[in-house]
Amino acid sequence: MPRSETAIVRLSGVSKTYGATKALSDVDFACFAGEIHAILGENGAGKSTLMKLVSGVIQPTSGHIDVDGTRTDLSSPADAMARGLICMFQELSLVPDLTVRENLMLGAPGRGLGRLDTAVVERAQAILSQIDGNAIRMKARVADLTLAERQQVEIAKALSRNPRLLILDEATSALNASVVEKVFRLIRARRDAGVGVLFISHRFHEIEALADRISIFRNGSHVETFDNGAYDYGAIISKMVGQRIDDLFPAKPDPVADAEEVISLNGFGWSDTLDDVSIVLRKGCITGLGGLDGQGQGEVLQGLFGLLKSTRGDCMMDGWKITVNHPKAAKSPTLGIALVPEDRKTEGLVLEQSIAHNMELAALGVEGIDAGDPAIYQPFIDALELKCDSLDQTVSELSGGNQQKVALTKWLSLGPRCMLLADPTRGIDVKTKTQIYALLRRLADSGVAILLLSTDYEELIHLCDDAHIFYNGRVVRQLSGADITAENIIAASLNMHETPAAAEGTAHA
Amino acid sequence: MSRLMRRLPDIDSLVPYIGTILLILGGSIFYPQILGVDYLTQQLQISAFLGLLALGATLVILLGHIDLSVPWILGGAAILSTSLAGTGDTVLTALAIPAALLFGALIGIVNGVGVAILRIPSMVWTLAVNSMLLGVAVLNTGGFNPKGEASNTMIWLATGQLAGIPAAFIVWMAVAGMMALLLTRSGFGRYLSAIGYNEKATFLSGVSTPSVIFAAFAIAGVCSALGGVLLAGYANQAYQSMGDPFLLPTIAAVVIGGTSILGGRGSLVGTIGGVLFITLLTSILSVMQISDAWRNITFGMIIIVMLLLQTLRKKGG
Amino acid sequence: MRDLLRANQRETIAFSVLVALLVSYLATHPAGPTTYVMTIWANQCLILALAAIAQFFAVIVRGIDLSVGAIMALTNCIASYLVIGTGAEMAFGIIVVLAAGVGCGVLNGLLVVYGRIQPIVVTLATASVFVGLALLLRPTPGGQIDYDLADALTLDVLGVPTALVITAAVIGLIWVPLRRTGLGLGLYAVGSSEQAAFQSGMPVAKIRLASFALGGLFAGLAGLYFSLVTTTGDAGIGPNFTLNSIAAVVLGGVALRGGVGTLTGAIAGAFILKTIGALMFFSGLPPLAQPFVEGLILAAAIAIGGADVLRVKNKLEVFGR
Repeated sequence: MPRSETAIVRLSGVSKTYGATKALSDVDFACFAGEIHAILGENGAGKSTLMKLVSGVIQPTSGHIDVDGTRTDLSSPADAMARGLICMFQELSLVPDLTVRENLMLGAPGRGLGRLDTAVVERAQAILSQIDGNAIRMKARVADLTLAERQQVEIAKALSRNPRLLILDEATSALNASVVEKVFRLIRARRDAGVGVLFISHRFHEIEALADRISIFRNGSHVETFDNGAYDYGAIISKMVGQRIDDLFPAKPDPVADAEEVISLNGFGWSDTLDDVSIVLRKGCITGLGGLDGQGQGEVLQGLFGLLKSTRGDCMMDGWKITVNHPKAAKSPTLGIALVPEDRKTEGLVLEQSIAHNMELAALGVEGIDAGDPAIYQPFIDALELKCDSLDQTVSELSGGNQQKVALTKWLSLGPRCMLLADPTRGIDVKTKTQIYALLRRLADSGVAILLLSTDYEELIHLCDDAHIFYNGRVVRQLSGADITAENIIAASLNMHETPAAAEGTAHA
Repeated sequence: MSRLMRRLPDIDSLVPYIGTILLILGGSIFYPQILGVDYLTQQLQISAFLGLLALGATLVILLGHIDLSVPWILGGAAILSTSLAGTGDTVLTALAIPAALLFGALIGIVNGVGVAILRIPSMVWTLAVNSMLLGVAVLNTGGFNPKGEASNTMIWLATGQLAGIPAAFIVWMAVAGMMALLLTRSGFGRYLSAIGYNEKATFLSGVSTPSVIFAAFAIAGVCSALGGVLLAGYANQAYQSMGDPFLLPTIAAVVIGGTSILGGRGSLVGTIGGVLFITLLTSILSVMQISDAWRNITFGMIIIVMLLLQTLRKKGG
Repeated sequence: MRDLLRANQRETIAFSVLVALLVSYLATHPAGPTTYVMTIWANQCLILALAAIAQFFAVIVRGIDLSVGAIMALTNCIASYLVIGTGAEMAFGIIVVLAAGVGCGVLNGLLVVYGRIQPIVVTLATASVFVGLALLLRPTPGGQIDYDLADALTLDVLGVPTALVITAAVIGLIWVPLRRTGLGLGLYAVGSSEQAAFQSGMPVAKIRLASFALGGLFAGLAGLYFSLVTTTGDAGIGPNFTLNSIAAVVLGGVALRGGVGTLTGAIAGAFILKTIGALMFFSGLPPLAQPFVEGLILAAAIAIGGADVLRVKNKLEVFGR
């Protein structure tokens, strides 16, 4: 593969700080034409900050950036695009109220505010047809597309702008394996034609399959760059984490026969998204909800927390039939149900407020709890090792992991009988994950019933006492104990009944 | 209260007080009578009308909403109270003020229903409510100034004095004090700003957000109605469009007091400062006997300068 | 087709309502659908429509303009001095009037973009300044507009009210071409998701400034047309037009959260609002009841528009509407 001598983009001594937080410190980094360069690191390692710098969304606090060997300041995305640096963001650069066609034309290079360029639409359509995107209607509003369709549009939009450096930030996270393979084929073709590619992904096998070189970032610093294949999986992981993590998960206790039922759902259903779901939550047990994204798992949690109107079936607590019609009822001491929602930034926390205010928001006005008493939060702050300057610090200044700790503490302080968690470790560093896992197991041991929605099947295997796998709004398989294996979860997620050797490949995707 | 409940003083809410002092000092160079007790007492009395409206508006703006029905809640309350008092009947006269406040609360709840249940943008819904109230008033009074007069209580509240302090000012401060207690001693204040920042997350924290919104709009309605009652007492009558000149100064006072128009951040202390500032500014501009035109221009420019100062300070800090 | 209907659902409703109202208006009018009746009606509609267009440009980028009426008052007062005399003098006058409108809009835009103050607060303050300037020019209503020019632009062309011709021209010569430019698209993009627009390489600050400048231009046009219809200058016309322009864009299906709605929708909203008023004048309703019924119709229209929220089955979906 032809690799040029001058870097398309070279960062020298670049730092980026947000207030007191250092997102990148003193980074030297270069990306060349004709290579696919993967960036690896945990959340908060500085990968996204790097991408934003290169695509002109933000500017460095110190240090400088060279494009094609000349110093430039990449003052805006438009500036970066004019130099051929095109970024494909996770989904953020599509305008929801505009149609696909309009989005493809938006900001097409060289046109500015003048007449729109329709040629890019044809180019993008040609690209879409190569990645199974034929079904996407040009006149559909982007807000009406699925996440996967949006990613396809985003890919087409970026490629139609003829990038010299293509930046892909989690570009394929919602696409299925066969589409991903087609996207990779396109990217490789561009690489061979001399385009540089910067690539972020959380799926390690994708990086193995695609990357020429790999750079590791940790805590805002560039750790090392090496050719793909120079290190094995384990070595790369320890470089990312900076330490060896031996026991990610706490030991699973032996199952207690006939543990006391806390909540049982019988034939639970809602709208056309959820049908005939029966789940029993027991004292001291961690019950997992698995399956592909959006198969109705989330609605089970929402239903239990009183967010859904006109549900079907029964919900029993301690043998009594209960109706939860509002989160306020759910959190009352009589029911004691808590929900840690999936999106901590928009649902779990009020980012602009202080840690203390956020933690108190759930406890305020609950009978028998003094929300102003720091003692009800302290045990969890300690157990989770929340890192902050003071409890008056604004939550938006915290890292993702610490934000999730605040979201957890807020609900744990109520002493719930039943904890509902929606993917609590998504996008969180390994260390925080282990802390959360340990805390969940300890809570279960103390008698709390836990319902854990997870898209990471490692969690279902190693943390859950039993697991319900969803497909298309129904529980297709219930697993417990030793039956919770990767093969079984994957097979059930795809609604296949035998152990599928064939499905193994897709399952990783 | 515990360490967790501690509140830091906010610099934004001090700015209008500094502005007020500068206004008094600057104005007194040209017009020494501004430093007189009579003048300043009179300003406290006049600022109470705007002040009551602005207290209610602060709650609504903290929520991230806006109440454009202030003019006709004020006007409606004034008409209602003066017509009841104007009958001469003792019972009806005694009912004048409670009836007006109840009216304010009811309209506030109507506002709240549109905003919290029907999810109509408050700017549109309260505007529609305002025009309906205007319609009812016109229908009722035949387009002329309504008959009736203020009761003695209303007149005393608006123009009386207690130990040399204007009664209107005392009413204003009493309402402010009760509101401050409500905001700090219950979760209400917390809920208001949490909703202003992020309504969804607040709802998911198990807060009955619609009730909070109803309550805020209802209290705002009562404040506007009380303002109307006092203003009717001051003028000893109700008149068409008496509330219109108050709408924009109310919003301006709240914003100058450091409350974010987007919701979440703000304080009553700041609003009170903003009201004093705006009342003094208006008054000094009229003492200077300059034309309406220049008064408008200066008023607008000074508000812009105050807001630019807020922005500059945030950039610097 | 499905997408087209869906995208224009709000406009379609607005236009159907407008047609129904217009038909009943002409049917109840004692003089029937004469050119004269149509002309008076169209003139009133066009004034508000231009104000609504000014509001549209603020709302589409997720702003609001409380100075629309004030800019109209200022430009109206300027016109009452300058739009008279020889052809060249009048041409100069019109240019000054429109430049004043654009200037006001740009001032608003600069304060919003570079002063980082919310549009609602900025325009609240600048409205006071603009009205002050208008009062400087015309402490009391007065002045004059060239009658020939006024007649030419406020009567009819071959039986079609000139106001309707102007409306068509605004749509055909300004809106349709604008919609095909990066600026036209950028207005929607900035209103719908500023972040996405920025990351797509759009110059967000420039677009915002342009939207306020366009808003100022149309407020100036509204002031100018108001001058032609009334042939006098009055500094006190502002407040009604500001509030009605907001009501008009909402009725016309423009979402106050930005990014949704069209200029034609805003025009339809303005026409609806004025037609309701006109309809009531001849409907035999007691004159005193008219303001109430007008308010009621406005409230009902808005409430019905919001009622579908009650059918939402997941309580989280109502947030962010």
